[in-house]
Amino acid sequence: MDWMFMLIALLKVLVVLVVFVLMLGAVLTWVERRMSALIQDRLGPNRAQIGNVRAWGLLHPIADMFKAFTKEDFVPAGANRMLFFLAPAIALASTLACFAVIPFGPGEHFTIAPLDSGMLFIIAIGSFGIYGVALGGWASNNNFGLLGALRGAAQLVSYEVTMGLNLVGVFAVFGTMSLSQLVLGQGELLWGWLPKWGVVVQPVGFVLFLIASMAENKRAPFDLPEGESEIIGYFAEFSAMRFATFFLTEFVEIVLIAAIAATVFFGGWQIPWLDPQGVAGGFITVAQIGFFVFKIIALCWLQMLIRWTLPRFRYDQLMNLGWKVLLPLSLANIVVTAIVLALS
Amino acid sequence: MAEQIVFYILATGVLLGALAVVVPPFARNPLHAAVALLTTFSLMAGLFVMLSAHLLAILQIVVYAGAVMILFVFAIMLLNLRKQDFSPAKITAWKILGAAAAFLIATRIAMVAGAAVSTHTAVDLSLEQYSTFGSVHDVGIALATKYLLPFEITAILLLVAVIGALVVTRRQGGLR
Repeated sequence: MDWMFMLIALLKVLVVLVVFVLMLGAVLTWVERRMSALIQDRLGPNRAQIGNVRAWGLLHPIADMFKAFTKEDFVPAGANRMLFFLAPAIALASTLACFAVIPFGPGEHFTIAPLDSGMLFIIAIGSFGIYGVALGGWASNNNFGLLGALRGAAQLVSYEVTMGLNLVGVFAVFGTMSLSQLVLGQGELLWGWLPKWGVVVQPVGFVLFLIASMAENKRAPFDLPEGESEIIGYFAEFSAMRFATFFLTEFVEIVLIAAIAATVFFGGWQIPWLDPQGVAGGFITVAQIGFFVFKIIALCWLQMLIRWTLPRFRYDQLMNLGWKVLLPLSLANIVVTAIVLALS
Repeated sequence: MAEQIVFYILATGVLLGALAVVVPPFARNPLHAAVALLTTFSLMAGLFVMLSAHLLAILQIVVYAGAVMILFVFAIMLLNLRKQDFSPAKITAWKILGAAAAFLIATRIAMVAGAAVSTHTAVDLSLEQYSTFGSVHDVGIALATKYLLPFEITAILLLVAVIGALVVTRRQGGLR
């Protein structure tokens, strides 16, 4: 019994992380480059080929992987070897662990670990990601790395508050913190036609959550910890697979944000206006999982679009936005939600 | 049985982490000590989970591992503290007194804890109590009813700390 349970859990982890998340993350690195090329009127990478197969450049992630594995693993002089080794691992592991509580389909079978306070788990484990940034920048014994790490840590701490607070409104409306319960609650229809999705009952919460979580992801317009054009970055000294780990973490985070947003604000695996009675048992589950994956991909695409549309903030603008605009707005959102809930 | 094994693994980790914060070969580097403290805080959360205090475990990670420790790391990085070379310790009267006091307190705590363990009877929670014990809902209700006054006083205390920090960091000659 116990061994069976462990085996099934392990299988779920493999399917979710390796087959879905890491694959999607790798494909997103290609989407990112092709999309930026499209926006900037270029072709983008399309030349990697095996035999005569080019597949629009889809083989580039595989080529990248070989490159990352075979490059010299360089550790700068005076670097702190232990933390230099630990930092990328912390960054990737803390991000991947968050997928444990995402419900991919109806019932407990489609969640790796169905927790009662799943959303809190994500916020808690996700906060370890800061250490990847902070320790990585410090351990590389480079002033620019340190500067990037300081920027990164300050930014992540600031926007984490807003990100957490904007989920409170949804918790209050649906009366639960369990992600599977949240999804079940979003299956209802408002006034008989409007799906009661998180984005419908908490529109302000969703916009603020998306902004804050994109800042947590450290990508443009919030990419000051990395600052490609200034060559300041917490991973400036990282090369080969260590750099690739940081790079992949960023793309896994895109998937994670999309998964959280799809679960909390877009009804998870619920298909609106579809009567489950009308479809044969197995198909409906497959369709629901497929629809959830579709929502995740759509939200990934939205994040990519935002990243390649907006220019970078200045650092003071970033801090002002976080503390003086987003935080008061999200507090106001909670107060208004509470008043409305108390009156109705 | 499995629970005991997990407990001993976590407890060993907590103690080793705590030792590594202060014992020289590891603690000589301030950031290593910070990472050791982080390990202790995180594994403490595991102990809370075993006591079915899930909310407390998560708050432990969010507040201590997430917020408090990152400030420590931040300060260490800003001051750019590298390896500390401790000069050979001098034995002074104060240190002897301090060691004696620490020893007395430690034995006293051990005695109290030992007495508590020997006379302690496990409280049997009913299944219903067990399923909600330590949940967000229960802790929230308790904070807003039974422990409202301590809760509010803590909030005021934190507010005072925030204002104090502002006053200390404010530049001379008013607000900017």
